[in-house]
Amino acid sequence: MSKPDAEIVQFDNVGLRYGTGKEVLTDISFTLYPGRFYFLTGASGAGKTSLLKLLYLAQRPSRGLIRMFGTDAITLPRERLPGFRRRLGVVFQDFRLVQHLSAFDNVALPLRVAGVSEREIAKPVDEMLDWVGLADRRHARPATLSGGEQQRVAIARAVIARPDMLVADEPTGNVDPEMALKLLQLFESLNRLGTTVVVATHDVHLIRKVPESLIMRLDKGRLSDPTGALRYPPRRPSGEAGRPPLGFAPA
Amino acid sequence: MNAAALFGSLRRSRDGDPALLSDTRTADPRLADPRLGSPMPWVIAIVIALTVIAAASGLALRNAAARASADLNGGVTVQIVTAAPADRNHQADAAVAMLEKTPGVIDARHVAQSELDTLLEPWLGTRPGDTIDDLPIPALIDLRLAGPATPARVAALRARIAGVAPSARVDAQAAWLTPVFRAIATLQWLAGGLIALLALATIAAVVLSARNALVNHRETIEIVHMLGGTDAQIARVFQHTAAMDAGIGGVIGLITGTVAIVILGRQFSALGSGMVGGAALGWVDWLVIVLIPLGGVALAVLTARLTVLSALRRML
Repeated sequence: MSKPDAEIVQFDNVGLRYGTGKEVLTDISFTLYPGRFYFLTGASGAGKTSLLKLLYLAQRPSRGLIRMFGTDAITLPRERLPGFRRRLGVVFQDFRLVQHLSAFDNVALPLRVAGVSEREIAKPVDEMLDWVGLADRRHARPATLSGGEQQRVAIARAVIARPDMLVADEPTGNVDPEMALKLLQLFESLNRLGTTVVVATHDVHLIRKVPESLIMRLDKGRLSDPTGALRYPPRRPSGEAGRPPLGFAPA
Repeated sequence: MNAAALFGSLRRSRDGDPALLSDTRTADPRLADPRLGSPMPWVIAIVIALTVIAAASGLALRNAAARASADLNGGVTVQIVTAAPADRNHQADAAVAMLEKTPGVIDARHVAQSELDTLLEPWLGTRPGDTIDDLPIPALIDLRLAGPATPARVAALRARIAGVAPSARVDAQAAWLTPVFRAIATLQWLAGGLIALLALATIAAVVLSARNALVNHRETIEIVHMLGGTDAQIARVFQHTAAMDAGIGGVIGLITGTVAIVILGRQFSALGSGMVGGAALGWVDWLVIVLIPLGGVALAVLTARLTVLSALRRML
């Protein structure tokens, strides 16, 4: 485990462009600390998904520095990527379930990748499917599940291995408010166990449910900092800040 | 249940792998569809059948050559070529008597006239009234030497025999068959070359199949990568598929090839020729043939592994 308050992620002047296009992310600098709960907000096309891709190591930045778990993530050799990725749980916006595997096997995949024995897999996977309300759908293939059900499988898969950091891209976009709340509880429990949680969303109600959360806001590829917690070097969130401002005020 | 309890029983673990993409319901760790529907096992079956036939031919030729050369190695033929029968027999007896006392000679045998008649019968016939005896056939002495009949030893013998039998011609038996041995050696090289080409065909088929599977399963591979799967874990899934393909194909190919060589073997042994009779396959040869499909599986697995790993290295 990281030392308390040793940063888990640090971005310094990060820029990202795809191919020769214009930069989709510009001058991104922030620090994430272990055990905190972060929301990433911003309008559609502001660069949320691109920023998350950098966070879950699916994309290398065009410029800038990224440190993760105390290591330079940009010069990280390919062989070390799997070890880093196993410390991450990712809920992809498009779910990215393995189509030829059942819900159960999709959720079990991170455990199998990590070499957990089959004996130890069944119970936690079944419990997790039960929690997300899919106990009776464990044998269903993704193609036979609704969008909301697929999203819940994706979330169960992201949290099953108790990652050090959970990155979720619009994780409640396809579920009803009641289930959204339940999924949020799941993230909070994981968060209380020490996992850093980063949730990209534009659901204001969701953000209000987690009063201690910190908010990053993206606007046209640039980061603004409504809670003042993300600056580099960082400023500690003050105890009496209470509920974070949600004004989406201009930077 | 409390959400926190969900994580309670689960320890964090960072490495390992085994049944990565296994489906617990069907216990099917393959990425692809049922295999006999794909052309791969059949391509492998054809290649293995041809390899089995080529290998069996090569081994049979080697056995035939080995048997013949062992028979002929120490063999020397002495012909007494003179038209007068009395002189011929006299010279032959003198030569045998001398040869029996010569060191290095195991056996010297004056081939009986009746034996010569039998040897010549297919060419000259035995019709009543034919008198082969009237033909000036050379007297033959069949000589066995300890060790091979090298040209130097044959020359030394020739010089000694010339003293007692001036009409003698001395030849190493192996010399007669040198062109045959050379042809057999060429055929063996041909069999080896065919096996090498078939191995290359296997590699090409597996590379194509693995690349195809990589394209078809790119999405799954990316997901597994994102979940922390290593290249080796992903490669193992493809290796498993390649092993299954090559295993099924290998068994079919082995059976087909074996049936073919057994039929060929029956037909050749029916020829009854001495040279072909020596071409039978021993148990070691059969062992080599049975190992061919295993070699095919190993080659397919290695090829799949290298192909997949080199492709994965280009992904992030």
